[in-house]
Parts: sequence; structure tokens; C-alpha cells
Amino acid sequence: MPERVLTEHISQELLLQYYKKMLELRLFELKVQELYRNARLPGFVHLYVGEEAVGVGVCSNLRTQDLVFSTHRGHGHALAKGVPAKIVLAELWGKTTGSSGGRGGSMHMYAPEYGFMGTNGIVGAPIPLATGAALSAKLRKNGQVVVCFFGDGAVNSGSFHEAVNLGSVWNLPVVYVCENNLYATEMAFLRATKNTSVASRAAAYGMAGVEVDGQDVIAVHEAAHTAINRARVGDGPTLIECKTYRYVGHHEGDPGTDYRTREEVQQWKQRDPVKLAHKLLLDSDPANQAQLQAADQEVEQLIDQAVEFAENSPEPPANSVNDHVF
Amino acid sequence: MSNQGRIITYADAGVEALREEMAKDDSIVYIGQGIGPRGGNFRQTRGLWKQFGDDRLRDTGICELGATGVAIGAAMAGTRTVVDEVFLDFALEAITQIVQQAANISYMSNGKIKAPVLIRGAMGAVRNAGAHHSHTFYNWFANTPGLKVVLPSNPYDLKGLFKSSLREPGPVVLIEHKSLYNTKGDVPEDGYLIPLGDARIVREGKDLTIIAMSRMVDLAAKAAVELEQKGISAEVIDPRTIVPLDRKKITDSIKKTGKLVVIDESPSFCSFAGELLAIAVEDCFHELQVTPKRICSLPVPNPFSPVLENQMIPSVDRIVDEVEEMVSKSRRHS
Repeated sequence: MPERVLTEHISQELLLQYYKKMLELRLFELKVQELYRNARLPGFVHLYVGEEAVGVGVCSNLRTQDLVFSTHRGHGHALAKGVPAKIVLAELWGKTTGSSGGRGGSMHMYAPEYGFMGTNGIVGAPIPLATGAALSAKLRKNGQVVVCFFGDGAVNSGSFHEAVNLGSVWNLPVVYVCENNLYATEMAFLRATKNTSVASRAAAYGMAGVEVDGQDVIAVHEAAHTAINRARVGDGPTLIECKTYRYVGHHEGDPGTDYRTREEVQQWKQRDPVKLAHKLLLDSDPANQAQLQAADQEVEQLIDQAVEFAENSPEPPANSVNDHVF
Repeated sequence: MSNQGRIITYADAGVEALREEMAKDDSIVYIGQGIGPRGGNFRQTRGLWKQFGDDRLRDTGICELGATGVAIGAAMAGTRTVVDEVFLDFALEAITQIVQQAANISYMSNGKIKAPVLIRGAMGAVRNAGAHHSHTFYNWFANTPGLKVVLPSNPYDLKGLFKSSLREPGPVVLIEHKSLYNTKGDVPEDGYLIPLGDARIVREGKDLTIIAMSRMVDLAAKAAVELEQKGISAEVIDPRTIVPLDRKKITDSIKKTGKLVVIDESPSFCSFAGELLAIAVEDCFHELQVTPKRICSLPVPNPFSPVLENQMIPSVDRIVDEVEEMVSKSRRHS
């Protein structure tokens, strides 16, 4: 892997922003892990730890009105799209102040006011939905671009094939972002499919495909920048494959060690996206140390405030259970 | 029912509803297979592509899962859509999108995201199509919170219910019956609406209440004529929409007659017919004079053989015989 340097598009100021956002995603998830392990949070959670460069690298190209469709591993996408941490955490706590008022939880949180069209409990399902939202954007000529995140587990589903095919043939303003973390739950990608290059599948649908180092926020940002511009000017969809890794199990409670080795996990941690950005900032200018420290403190405070907010927010009234069905 | 003397087919009544609503609301987009230049397998979109063009009449390949998900996603993003499964059987390819995404989205998002999508499909037996093209599982959708379920039984109702469905804030499953597409009826040209949740009393009577849906309404009405000749006065009710259900009109009738027979093309086990019997017991227990009855399709896959399929599905003769038996039983007991 060649050593990363700053590019003409990415200034130190921008990289510091991305670093800070990635750290927010990281500390948020570690806090969720702690709360969950202490039985403070109900439900199930799938953590984004290790994949932060993908969400931040992609979403740093988006406007508020652009739309993001996410997955079961979606807290990071929500934060990267600009949904405040306290609202995301309140949803994980099942509180009225959560993004879905406590009706959704981890895998069903929606914040359209931030262009966040939901995490999703069904693997593959957001791909047709995002494609449809892109059709809506194209017909309404509102300039929106739609980004759809999904994992390697989704690309062997019928939903992927049918939706990506429609997105391409209709030339829709959508970017398909595959977070290839090598395992669908416990199933290794190379055991699930013969062609392990997701990006190469784009050719089958007659659209652009690109593979990118998903631990490198600048590389992700630039690949997404090209794809999002392509979508915005009407040149159709792109399939981006981000090679990444989750440090944690599939869900909290899965140690994630039955189907992969500790060595493999350690190897990926050597290229940690948050640390890589931190190092690049210091290498570029040792004087960045002060700003990095300030950023760390700010993010820690933000997470503490989110916990305080979510914890002290009210539960939904039991008699509201029938609201919003239709 | 208003009668302006204009007779058109069930298929054309649907086309007319779409034409009026698509002209009024230029955000409506129609997605499906063969619904463009071909005008639909059942001629259910005839002429619309010529009027509204490729952008709004979007033919797809054979990909119900993708097409339905796209229609739901577009609806979530603010574009009202219709997705045509053509045969209701094919909605099974897309069932996860309908049940998991469309039905749940309003609730999961705390009412912030609505999916104004109309899921259209034609159910039921016609011309011995066999097991893969004849299903009637409308009750599955009715068992899913968040979906409205509409079953028009004639051209007039189809137009009025279709137009109302195209103004609903959330998902509607509109299920036609394949054998009705070429049937004809009075359909006014004016843009009338029929609200969802308003049952129709097809025929008034005093001895028993017959509730029937979709194609079974016609059979029930014919059976009622024969029963009249045998001295039995049957009230026939068509709920028209299953969700929402006009529980009042139904229970008022059962309380009046004291007897309930439901005619359903679905098999009886875990059926809407079963739900209607439960409603009769819950709301009309003291007025019931005799055990309520279901006349349903037999619990077998639709057979190909015309002899076997006729045996499977309720017929006018079977309705008349079973109602006669029920009424005579109740007279013996009274």
C-alpha cells in the first residue's frame, strides 16, 4: 500500500473534519457497546467499529437534501449524514426523543430531516428503495443524489441484482456503496461467491465500478466524489466497493472469533482508519497536535452529552402504541 | 349507485381511474411489466402510455422484487407510485418489500416517512390457469398492520375505490379479480370517489346475511335470486375494502337477520371469512340464531382440470344448497 499523502482536494482542515467525524462514530459505537453490555439498552445492535472511513468518506460529499439508505450496521451512516448523536442514541434507548420516537430502534431509525432514509433490518432491501428514491429525484429534477450502503452479504441477494440493473438501465442518480468487510454474519465472502470482486460486477450491469481502500478516508472521499458528481450531472450510477473490516462481531454478543482468526483482526487494526488520519495530520504538520487534542476532547464531550440526553429523555407513553400505523 | 347509462368494462374502469388521477396529479408514476405500449396483460393500462409517456408508464423486465422496492422507495421520497404485479401471484416475489418496508415505514419512522404506493395485482381463478396463476391470498395482506386492502367487485366500485386509493397517504394493496376484467357495468364519467371502509349493501333482505368479496359477490347475488324463489330473503353485503373494514354495516345486518354466511374464494383456514365469523360472535352473539357458516374454496392448490377446479371453488348451486340447509336447520330449532 503506497503511503497516503494529502491531495489537492483534501486540505488539512478537511482531513481534520473527517478525523473528528470518524472519531465521533468510533466513540459513539464504543459507548453503545458499553451500554449494551451493561444491559442498559434493549434490542440488538450491530456496530460499525473499523468501518468509519467509508461512512465519513462518502457522506462528506453529500448535501443535507441528498439521501442515504443504510443497513443493519447503520449508526455510523446516520452520524456521518449529520443526524445528531443524541438523537441516534435516544433511539437506541427507545426514547421519545429518538429519531423514530422509540418506534424503530437500531435497525429502523429514520431521520428524513437530515436526508437519512433509514437503517434497515433486511439485508439487500435498501438497494431497491434507494433506487426508487433516485427515480423520484430524477423525475422531480430536484438535484438530489441518493447513496445506498450495503455489505458484501447483500450482493449475492436478488435485491441487489434487480435493483442495480434498474438503476443502471434508467440511468438514475444513485451511488451503490458496498462495504465489503469480508464476512456476511459468519460467512466468508470467498466461500459465498466465486467472483470476490464486487466492483467487477458493475460491468455486468453496464455501469461504472471502482474498488477502493475502505480504511483510507481520503481514498473513499475521492472515489465517492467522482461517483456523486457523475450521478448529479445525470451520467448514472456507480458501484463502489470499499474493502473494509469490522473489528467486532456481527452483532454485540458475537465474539466474532469462530470464523476468523485473531491475527486477521489484529492485521486489520494495523490500518485503523482513525489512526491513519491522525498520523497523516501529524506527519503533515506536527503543529496539528493541539487541534487533534481539542477535537478528541470535543468528541468525548459530545458523546457524554448524548448519553445524558438519551438517558434522561422520556419513554414513549404506553397508550401511544397505536399511533402512526397508517 | 349513480346510473348514467354508460357501460364499460372492469378493465376500462381501472384505466379511467388512473387516467383521471394521473392527469390531476402529475407526480404519479406507474411501474410494472408490460404496462407501457402493450397496455397491460389484462388491458388494465390500455392507452395510458400513449397519453403519459415513458417517464410515467415505466415498463420493467421481469423483476417484481426490484420493481416493487423501487416503487416503494420512490414513494418514500415523495413520488406517488403504482406498481403492477399483474398477477397477484407474482407479488410473492416482492412480498418482503411490501410487508417489511412499505407496511412498516410509517410506524418505524414515527410517522415522518409515508409511502404512498399502490400495489396492484389480479387474483383468483380464471380459465383454468392452474396453481401458479390463481391464488387469492388477499387475507395475508389484511393481516399485516400498515396495509390497506381493497377488493373491487364491479366496474363502478373499481373506479371509485381506485381513485380514492390513489389519494391515500400510505400503501394500498388493490386486488382485482382476473375473471372480472371483461365484465361490464355502469360507470359514470364524472370523477366520483368511493371512500375506503364503506361496505355496499348489494341487495337487501331479512332472513340471512351473505357477505362476499370480489368475484364471489356476483355468485352471492345470483344465489340470492334463486333463494328468493325458494322463499328465503338474503341480504348480500360486499365489504369492498377489507382494511379498513366497515364493521358497522356488517354487524347491523347480522343483528337484523340473525344469520351469517360468508362466501370466500380463499380457503377457510385462517381466512378473512374466519375473521367475519369472529366478528359475528364478538359483536352479535346474542342475535345469532344459528351457527355462522363459511362457504370457501377447498384447501387445495388450484387444480388445472376444469372439473376439479369447479369442485374447488364455491358455486351458485353450492351456496343455494348450503344456505337452504342452514335456514331449514334454524327453522327446526326455532
